Amino acid sequence: MSLFEKNHFFIRKLHSLFGVIPIGLFLLEHLYTNSFANQGPESYNAKVEFLQSLSYVLYIEIFLIILPIIFHGLYGLYVVYIAKNNVLQYNYYRNWAFYLQRVTAVVTLVFVLYHLWALRISSALYGTEVTFASVAEHLSNPWIFAFYVIGLLASTFHFANGLWAFLINWGIAVGVKAQQVFGWITGFIFVILSVMGLQALFAFVA
Amino acid sequence: MTREYIHLKIKRQDNPDSAPYWEEFKVPYKPNMNVVSVLMEIRKNPVNANGQKTTPVVWECNCLEEVCGACSMRINGVPRQACSALIDKIDKSPIILEPLSKFPVIRDLQIDRQIMFDYLKKVKAWVNVDGSWDLGPGPLFPEKTRQWAYQLSRCMTCGCCLESCPNYNEKSAFIGPQALNQVRLFNAHPIGKMDKEKRLDAIMGPGGITECGNAQNCAKACPKEIPLTVSIADLNKQTVLYGLKRWLYK
Repeated sequence: MSLFEKNHFFIRKLHSLFGVIPIGLFLLEHLYTNSFANQGPESYNAKVEFLQSLSYVLYIEIFLIILPIIFHGLYGLYVVYIAKNNVLQYNYYRNWAFYLQRVTAVVTLVFVLYHLWALRISSALYGTEVTFASVAEHLSNPWIFAFYVIGLLASTFHFANGLWAFLINWGIAVGVKAQQVFGWITGFIFVILSVMGLQALFAFVA
Repeated sequence: MTREYIHLKIKRQDNPDSAPYWEEFKVPYKPNMNVVSVLMEIRKNPVNANGQKTTPVVWECNCLEEVCGACSMRINGVPRQACSALIDKIDKSPIILEPLSKFPVIRDLQIDRQIMFDYLKKVKAWVNVDGSWDLGPGPLFPEKTRQWAYQLSRCMTCGCCLESCPNYNEKSAFIGPQALNQVRLFNAHPIGKMDKEKRLDAIMGPGGITECGNAQNCAKACPKEIPLTVSIADLNKQTVLYGLKRWLYK
């Protein structure tokens, strides 16, 4: 047995866990910080400066954000590959959610890589500052803005629906009714996060 | 629906390696037929819709009351049993019959379901009662457990859950919902419980419980209405707790 096969269970559970902790938590923090854009440039810039001034910020970024995303993304692509989707034949709500979870996985990955390049890596390389003004300029291109809207909705769906799957994969939501109730709750989380993210996006271009 | 003829479109295959082809049949209508009795009519008079003599369509059936699983096939795209598919309740015409797509075809609608029994062996879906001396009477099933365990025990290994599962395919090693459901059943059994960890070990590797992606088609496809997704979620709990224990006691 290869090391991979031997630790199969651990690796799969780690993939599931990383989606919520730390990646999901980071998404919540990120959307909340962005929402300060609604209060204007000063408020947003202050929050960005605060985050940039955190101690060990580079280590936090590498170990709590980048590495978990790389692991979750690479292993996730394998999970996407292994499925043979059949939504047209089995036209059920849960089957569609399963399919969309895989579609949004790929969309989110592409979006995150682009977003990371545009607003984090390029700023690290060329020393450009991330401010309300620079983000607003980035989003002033309608194509990029549209891509951000799609990327945002893909990530909030992937997180909310992934949270539902997480609750089942860890044996927390077991019964039919419990799974249903958590389905509504995570659906509600998807709506709230999407509205929150869209508001912030529009605040930058208003 | 009453009609003059029952129009059938059947996906046929002469042997395991040959290419499939379609053949249509028109069987005189009689009330109260099911798909099995229509196939029997074709066997009596193997003539296709064009009036040409052909080979009778091969299929498998046994109990004729939806408890054995042998006559599973896709009827208008839906995996189900031919015996409980009543012609008068099918509105579509032609009625399309295809073999299950996730199993090797032997001939026409007959498929090889052996792999499901191999999965049951893999997960040790049985109770160990043999000893070299009299072990005495076993512990009783608590009534509360028995009620839901009985529901799980109604599985007839028909293959509908595997057929509808998007993660059960040639790319994946997944053993599928039916064998997992049996793990939950035997782990709840008062004697079966004694080998609980062996069964959990068997489903924690590649192809096991983690391959489930919660599309939940299985529970919808199951003709016996077994709560397969609850069984899987419960096994998720069992494997997580056991996985932690296995690691911390190492």
